[in-house]
Amino acid sequence: MNMINLLLFPIIIPFFFAMILLFFKEQVVVQRVLTLIGLALSLVASFWLIATVKTEGIQSVTLGSWPAPFGITMVSDMFSAMLVTTTIIITFFVVVYSFSSIGVERERFFYYPAILFMITGINGAFTTGDIFNMFVFFEVLLIASYLLIVLGGEKRQLRESIKYILVNVISSAIFVITVAYLYSIVGTLNMADISVKIAEINQPGIVSVIAILFLIVFGIKGAIFPLYFWLPNSYAAPPIPVLALFGALLTKVGVYAITRTYTLFFVHDIGFTHQFLMILSLLTIIAGCIGALAYFDVKQIIIYNIIIAVGVILFGVAQMNTSGLEGAVYYLIHDMLIKGALFVLIGIIIYVTGTSNLRQMGGLIKTHGTLGWTYLIAAFGLAGIPPLSGFIGKVLITKGAFEADHVIGSIIILASSLVVLLSVIRIFIYAFWGTQKNDLPVRDSRTYRQLMFPAVMLVLISVAYGVGTEWLMPYMTDAANVLADPSIYINAVLKE
Amino acid sequence: MELILSILIGILFTAAVYLILSRSLLKVILGTGLLSHGAHLLILTMGGLGGTAPPVLIDGVTDFADPLPQALILTAIVISFGVTAVMLVMAYRMYAVHQTDNMNELRGNDEHD
Repeated sequence: MNMINLLLFPIIIPFFFAMILLFFKEQVVVQRVLTLIGLALSLVASFWLIATVKTEGIQSVTLGSWPAPFGITMVSDMFSAMLVTTTIIITFFVVVYSFSSIGVERERFFYYPAILFMITGINGAFTTGDIFNMFVFFEVLLIASYLLIVLGGEKRQLRESIKYILVNVISSAIFVITVAYLYSIVGTLNMADISVKIAEINQPGIVSVIAILFLIVFGIKGAIFPLYFWLPNSYAAPPIPVLALFGALLTKVGVYAITRTYTLFFVHDIGFTHQFLMILSLLTIIAGCIGALAYFDVKQIIIYNIIIAVGVILFGVAQMNTSGLEGAVYYLIHDMLIKGALFVLIGIIIYVTGTSNLRQMGGLIKTHGTLGWTYLIAAFGLAGIPPLSGFIGKVLITKGAFEADHVIGSIIILASSLVVLLSVIRIFIYAFWGTQKNDLPVRDSRTYRQLMFPAVMLVLISVAYGVGTEWLMPYMTDAANVLADPSIYINAVLKE
Repeated sequence: MELILSILIGILFTAAVYLILSRSLLKVILGTGLLSHGAHLLILTMGGLGGTAPPVLIDGVTDFADPLPQALILTAIVISFGVTAVMLVMAYRMYAVHQTDNMNELRGNDEHD
């Protein structure tokens, strides 16, 4: 019975350390050390969690010892355990990157506590088994993200963060409204129990309406096609480490929530709901591709690549067969890792050249070879060149789509890989090839090495993730099985 | 009773949408306040307004009020209170820096910083 609390550790440890950090506002070094210790402990706990889930199946704990449908349940299946682990790994390296890039002023104004509170919210949203509790964890991560996006108070940050907050406040209100509608029909908030109740009434039309409402709510956060309008400008405003965290983690929480609700609740009218999801995900990919090719600003190019990836993952989810879901799980984790790495890398490019405009860069390969080759590997990984990490996810998603007879969709997915490759290679060609356009600003080479360390580590992890596919496959299969068959999840939660 | 509340919620949402679409930032924030009020009332209504007795187990009483929507509203109110406070502070800072609260003048992109 005491082991069962394990799945709360990756949520509670960052929360605990965030609270301690509030007492050390001026001691930046203490903050850095404590943040790393907290994240390392959470990482150990999350690896332990993965091992436990692998050997003993889905872990669940119902708070306050109320029996399952009544208390707030936290559930950790392989999917959420892996997402929690990935989140902590990325945060760890982005925090290391922050040491030499974010600046002491921001560090003194609760930068690290905000990150840890955000991780609390993200891990909580991944782990919770209660739909209203998910709303609460969304708010935890959003309020921390409001602080992160505005921290520093630059003119542009203030302007963009107001819009970011407004969009998210409105989507949170719709979230509450949707949960209220769902409660009026099924009379429960426990996600496993909701799934049972919807199956009992065989998903009438009103439940499909709620499914679309959930898609709107999570689609705003996860940036799917008509609802991504807020993302590019807002994400470009904060400094690079914050952008890396947002780009790698925040949209993925929305994607996770769509995946969870669309594989657990709304599985009885796939012809309508999942068709809708699939069309939107394809439009998301096309819109993202247009954006990724249109800009000459490195930040914007990678930001639009987030939108493409969201489309690819959700296309996999919309297939609702094992290959598609396995591919979606695989691609989701790949994308978190590689987006973290890419944002950190373009952060270094911007640091070295002093500009984010591609037209003013050039010839960096002569002076910064390691940066160039690391970036090239990350770019190939993003586009999915075997054996790097993007490959197997896309193969499985495409396989799932062919199995479900969605040929046009698969062709769009495959074509989008070429656009992705073009958009990121464009950065390589403009920034690293050619001749130097402007004199590089004078930079401290020690800072440069400190910035390179987390970038190289993230790229190495993503390469290992791609090369070690065979070894990771049992874990991916476990995760996809739970998504493909809701009864596994339900039995694990409601067993007592 | 549910019908009256539904109409009231509709009016709140209408007013909220009108305010959110206005140009003044302060009105937009008031609009989000009304939107969350509407959402909270909606939770109450969706839980069903029946039930005369408090949700405590007493012999012979069967007509309990549903305690869950009340708990949800309490949580949602606290959250929206906090978020509104954060938003007001940020709106003030933005006004101090940009010298305007007109959303039209806050469009901006990289070229117009």
